[in-house]
Amino acid sequence: MSESTSRPESEGTPHPTRGDTSQSHLADIATTDAALELPPEQSGFGEGVIGEVLLDIEGLSKSFGSVHANRDITLNVRRGEIVALLGENGAGKSTLVNQIFGLITPDRGTVSVKGDSTPIKDPRDAIRRGVGMVHQHFQLVPVMTVAENMVLGHESTRAGVVLDLDSARRMVRELSEKHGLAVDPDAEVDDLPVGTQQRVEILKALSRRVDLLILDEPTAVLTPQETDELLGVMRELANSGTSIVFITHKLREVLAVADRVYVLRQGEVVGEVATKETDATGLATMMVGREVVLSIDKEPATPGEPVLEIEDLHVRDDRGLAAVDGFSLTVNAGEIVGVAGVEGNGQRELVEALAGMRKVVSGRMRLGDLDLTTANPYQTHHAGLGHVPEDREKHGIVGSYSIADNLVLNEFDQAPYAKSGVRQFDAVRENAERLREEFDIRSSGVFQTAGSLSGGNKQKVVVAREMAFKPKLLMAAQPTRGVDVGSIEFIHRRIVEARDEGAGVLLVSAELDEILSLSDRIAVVHGGTVVAEMRVEDADRTEIGRLMAGDH
Amino acid sequence: MSDTRTEEAPPPSDGGPREPEAPKDRAGLLAYLIGHQSGVVIVVALVIALLIGAALIRYQGVNPWYAYEVLLRGALVNDGALTRTLQKTAPLVLTGLAVVLPLRVGLFNIGAQGQLQLGAIFGAWVAYVAGGAGFLGAVLGMLVGIVFGSVVGLLVGVLKAYRGVHEVISTIMLNYIVAGVTFWLVVGPLQGESSRTSGIPQTESIPEAARLDTVAGVPVGFAVAVVLAAVCWWVLGRTTFGFRFNTVGANKEAARYAGVPINRVVVLSMLAGAGLAGLAGALEALGTLHRFEPAIVGSLGFDGITIALLARANPLATIPAAFLVGILRTGAAGLQFQTGIAPEIVDLLLALILLMVSIPVLGKWLFRSRADKQSVATTSWGN
Amino acid sequence: MERLSTWASKNRTPLVIAAAVLVAAYAFNLVRGDIAPSMFGAAWGYAIPLVLAALVGVIGERSGVVNIGIEGQMLLAAFAGFFVAAVSGSMIVGVLAGIGTGLVAGGFLAVTAVRWRMDQIIAGVVLNIIATGLTSFYLVSGQSLPGVIPNVSVPLLSQIPLLGEVFFSGRSVIALIAILAAVLVHLALFHSRWGLRTRAVGEYPSAADTAGIKVERLRMVNVTLAGSLAGLAGVYLSMDASSTFEREMTAGRGFLALAIMIMGAWRPLRAFSMALFFGFVNATASQLQQTGGFSIPPQLTATLPYVATLVVLAVAAGRVRPPGAVGQPYVKKDQ
Repeated sequence: MSESTSRPESEGTPHPTRGDTSQSHLADIATTDAALELPPEQSGFGEGVIGEVLLDIEGLSKSFGSVHANRDITLNVRRGEIVALLGENGAGKSTLVNQIFGLITPDRGTVSVKGDSTPIKDPRDAIRRGVGMVHQHFQLVPVMTVAENMVLGHESTRAGVVLDLDSARRMVRELSEKHGLAVDPDAEVDDLPVGTQQRVEILKALSRRVDLLILDEPTAVLTPQETDELLGVMRELANSGTSIVFITHKLREVLAVADRVYVLRQGEVVGEVATKETDATGLATMMVGREVVLSIDKEPATPGEPVLEIEDLHVRDDRGLAAVDGFSLTVNAGEIVGVAGVEGNGQRELVEALAGMRKVVSGRMRLGDLDLTTANPYQTHHAGLGHVPEDREKHGIVGSYSIADNLVLNEFDQAPYAKSGVRQFDAVRENAERLREEFDIRSSGVFQTAGSLSGGNKQKVVVAREMAFKPKLLMAAQPTRGVDVGSIEFIHRRIVEARDEGAGVLLVSAELDEILSLSDRIAVVHGGTVVAEMRVEDADRTEIGRLMAGDH
Repeated sequence: MSDTRTEEAPPPSDGGPREPEAPKDRAGLLAYLIGHQSGVVIVVALVIALLIGAALIRYQGVNPWYAYEVLLRGALVNDGALTRTLQKTAPLVLTGLAVVLPLRVGLFNIGAQGQLQLGAIFGAWVAYVAGGAGFLGAVLGMLVGIVFGSVVGLLVGVLKAYRGVHEVISTIMLNYIVAGVTFWLVVGPLQGESSRTSGIPQTESIPEAARLDTVAGVPVGFAVAVVLAAVCWWVLGRTTFGFRFNTVGANKEAARYAGVPINRVVVLSMLAGAGLAGLAGALEALGTLHRFEPAIVGSLGFDGITIALLARANPLATIPAAFLVGILRTGAAGLQFQTGIAPEIVDLLLALILLMVSIPVLGKWLFRSRADKQSVATTSWGN
Repeated sequence: MERLSTWASKNRTPLVIAAAVLVAAYAFNLVRGDIAPSMFGAAWGYAIPLVLAALVGVIGERSGVVNIGIEGQMLLAAFAGFFVAAVSGSMIVGVLAGIGTGLVAGGFLAVTAVRWRMDQIIAGVVLNIIATGLTSFYLVSGQSLPGVIPNVSVPLLSQIPLLGEVFFSGRSVIALIAILAAVLVHLALFHSRWGLRTRAVGEYPSAADTAGIKVERLRMVNVTLAGSLAGLAGVYLSMDASSTFEREMTAGRGFLALAIMIMGAWRPLRAFSMALFFGFVNATASQLQQTGGFSIPPQLTATLPYVATLVVLAVAAGRVRPPGAVGQPYVKKDQ
């Protein structure tokens, strides 16, 4: 089994392998589709002894402004039980667990841990009561060492003031041995690959006496293999009596490890079921409230001339390390090329380099007959590159601007939106009204500020802007992250339409399902380079998972 | 507050050249209300500041209402008082703008002081040398003031954009450097004849013809400042140039994504702001003192910060804000004579006003809403 | 021993530079024994308030709060220290009043910038303008101090040639406190529980929050307490370096201190060294004036520290990394 999720640049940092090999074969079994259709006890993880109720939530509600993030939620978790919280992005899962951990104060309802139902004041209080949490965005201080992070908040000291890091190091070693999660206590978190950072995060939670461990989307950044490894650790913890609440929107993981599932939709619990008694379709239907169409209807592609040619591209990340490392790829007109890979393998830097937002170290990129290698964002846009950025809040929209202004964000100085440097507001408004209609942007008007829109509608604003000028190449990075199901379908259809109208599409996504359902061709990346290219007809999920992990 | 950053839905009271974006829907109404809400907040802030000031004056053993009356008479009612106040307001509008323009991009220019001083000395000297050319000499003096102010701004902008030196530090350092350099000039190469005998550091007096006078009681400088405030407002709200400015200030990353050349905008904003501060210096030299003295800068530069925040970074609003400060500064002169209160009371009053308009909680208390949760303006430190 | 060698290998560059500077200083002393000691003495005299003020900046920014208001804090403290001493007739009461005023001014910044989440830079500038307003309005002339801050010599340490003479012999108590403060803040920041938490809060506050640390409270406490050092710096200016209070007598030292903090990479001991460097620049400027070798006008030599700041920052600013969360208010998830 490969451990190598580390990018090449992190060579030299200690890269531990797991001491405990007993789970490896289990993990391998679990990767196959066949195993996932079996009930958990047959998928190889086994089942522990489930005891009394440990966490009991009753009538929990929380609103942010007019949005009901959680509405009257009632659920319980027993000792030694793994409970999955399943739901789309925005269903209220994170809000729910943040209330258990004391990060958010509920409006109404009670959370009782081990029978104690006094309100949880803050994380300190939660930790004291035996609740540990592994956050979706790791809560580690990047410039500090593993040991320092581990003891933060419950440091042991000598003579009352002097920090005792020796005992912290010892604790890290003991814990990592006990749970088979190897980490170097003196490594700086910044230098660790994400998979290892997560181990630190888990060990940090376990370093306190934990009865209830919350894991918020722990698998989003992991390879399929690392995911299975993690599921194995979870099962072991549960068998030794720890209760686990596990957030995910991936059905496979739920079926593989959880004992029970609560399905959330729009802030409410819409179903509770033992995993033994359900299957993927059943869960999916509960999640979205209707039968889901997991695949998109699309004609076979009719690829034309190459629009984008990337040759041996090298790009550095923010820390100056090689992120894109000899990347070559061609995208033809009229086809969708999906870039599949675990996040952090140079996808972000690749996209930013193509958009002209990051300097290219060496190599070439051509759009049609234009050389984009040294172009700035303005030039790439006007060369015909539409870019749906990964982080729309940061790059895609200006929250304090109106929808109308956001829709001309990169065309504001072009006719008809400006004449000799003076903005033409009539044209801006007409454009906005047309696109609002066409892309079904739900808002009170085109002058509503973009920051007040929902995630899906913000993304529609970005997609509308980037498609409206009929780009030669549409580059979409994580186009449906944090977007509701309805908008996902809409955006997917639009991407296919762009292809059918002759644009080349470069789709970068961490969701393998999205890649598989949209792409005509798939390029698997690992360590900043393409490790395999295949037509979608020839793609095999397990094989791609293996390639993503660097096993090639 | 976000509404200070965008111009897309101006409140109807703006009365601009054209209002294609005054919408009838709810979002427009909201923008209107928020616009007015911040207006209310400012009025309340002013009242609170003046009440605290009254208490302090009372504590000095003077009837505060009498003091305020003396102040207002000295600034508005007495013979020629209004003209003097407008004369004082002119450079204040410009130093206010000198803070507003960079603030729209997210830069905090606290160096209007130095930019003004450098503009003043060279503006005064050129107007003196070209004094024979009459009004042309005055125009030349103003242009030179702009140029030398801009030079300081250019340095700040380049250091910020390309070397990562924070503008708050570089502008302050330049304030001291300019103060040293101008003082050396005024006791050295540019020292006036009379100054050598009197010992007061001064340049030569600018000839009558090259001074900026008043037309029908309105100082020429004031007219220039008002026109420039209007131009800034129009450029920021209505042109692509202004759109770039606002976008960099509102979301730098998005600006980069949209292809706005951020470094150039950063440099330009400092250049423009500092140029206006330099012009303020030239106006003060050409219109008020008719020469350069080191004391010319007074507190004009730092008052610009108060004015910019009082105006919530809106260029047009710098006019009333500067007028208010002008009233206080002009009226203060008579205060000592008639009530015995030191004119520095105005420094204190302005500090109180600045505090009141910039604390975000005031709006929250008044409206119990989310609207004023953020500061009036945000600057950046790390980047 | 092993620890010492890992420590030395980790800090090789600063150690080499420090050694080189020391050697150069002794060499200079050997060559120009007539002026060197007095120049070094003057350099340290100029650096004392800068060290204290830079520590204020370091503590603030390490906790994630920019303190542009150091200037104002110093000015208020200088004012309060001087006039309280003059009126009460007691130096010690004056000093305490100055330190207390620094604390109050630090508390002001803590409340506005941390609790109310006002833009931190604007909050600091407001503090400076308030300080200028208050001190110029309530300024009265003709007051004088009832005594002096005592000078002391440290036994043993004062025997070290040159170094002992400059730092430990016949220096005011405040100068010794400045040295002590730099060492203590360094030790506390990197080797104590408080330091670990402070750095976490300034670097990645949500990680600190989820580890059960009260982010806002720690920031407020740090910014407030750091105010006492700014207070001491102000007291030094009006009661030790000179024995009078003048309008705006801080003359930009609060901002110089921030530049020193940046050049010192947010580390107390490096900031201490950078402050000495500035002191030396200043001492050189006045030495040049006295010896008259060059006919640079005094108005221009006076700008030398400010010019040096710009030049050094232009070289250094891009190379050092500020604490990750500096300047950003910490907003919990449900607010």
